[in-house]
Amino acid sequence: MAERNKYSIIIPTYNERLNIALVVFLVFKHLWDVDFEIIVVDDGSPDGTQEVVKQLQQVYGEDRILLRARPKKLGLGTAYSHGLKHASGNFVVIMDADLSHHPTYLPSFIKKQLETGANIVTGTRYVKGGGVHGWNLMRKLTSRGANVLAQTLLWPGVSDLTGSFRLYRKSVLEDIISSCVSKGYVFQMEMIVRASRKGYHIEEVPISFVDRIYGSSKLGGSEIVEYLKGLAYLLVTT
Amino acid sequence: MKHIVKIMTLLVGISALWFGLLMTSMVPSSHTLLLPIYFITCLGCYGLLMVGVGLMRFPTCPQEALLLQQDIIEAKDYLKQRGVDVCSE
Repeated sequence: MAERNKYSIIIPTYNERLNIALVVFLVFKHLWDVDFEIIVVDDGSPDGTQEVVKQLQQVYGEDRILLRARPKKLGLGTAYSHGLKHASGNFVVIMDADLSHHPTYLPSFIKKQLETGANIVTGTRYVKGGGVHGWNLMRKLTSRGANVLAQTLLWPGVSDLTGSFRLYRKSVLEDIISSCVSKGYVFQMEMIVRASRKGYHIEEVPISFVDRIYGSSKLGGSEIVEYLKGLAYLLVTT
Repeated sequence: MKHIVKIMTLLVGISALWFGLLMTSMVPSSHTLLLPIYFITCLGCYGLLMVGVGLMRFPTCPQEALLLQQDIIEAKDYLKQRGVDVCSE
């Protein structure tokens, strides 16, 4: 008898008042036949994100949408840990709230995991079937350069290191998250590299990444320095 | 084994090979001394090639952007009817 799988979808938010409503609608649209819950971890958004989440709870049910807010911005890694504490599923999906991760790919993550029994299924933008939109040449160049550097130094076993659209077996996520200390997107890299080192079965599915439509992107200017520091750290400690 | 140890082992192995070549003089030492330069240059060129090829073949998905716009319209309609606040400001 196949075990019933439940998927906990953790979405960290900060000032995503419109996007979170759109994402929730799309998740329900594409996962209509799946047992899941959405856990919104909001870091005290001043734009009223939490009010919108409460309205969504009225539409979809408080058992399907959990609001587990925090008083202020406390970082991505701790947002996942916080969401994980309230997750009742045996699988956890992490994704962004800004529609760059489209819920239409959720079924392909689930299918891949069921087919292969993988512990982690990670979305990749860099293979055929996936892709990006809204990136200028400079951004593509830095992305590709960063990727080649990381592949050469780390031999990670996945094609998209900084991606954050992933499905984890809950026990695996708990294991890895406890050993990761980085911040921001280096944290995403650290998670997947540590998982690879620990020998977890990782599969990839192509995803498309359409640059955010609403709101301001949280990418800043000192990215390259942070990235190189992160790479050096991962090179030495994993 | 930590990854850095693997890389160090590889580098030590390559260095030992190079040193051995230098000592035994099977190849003229003027060539041998330049081998590390050649190696690093090749590595650099390979890296640049990979970046260039990847850049050319970078998959893009403009059709996804259109589908996303349609999804957004559908979502806004549905949610507005059910009392969810979906204005962007």
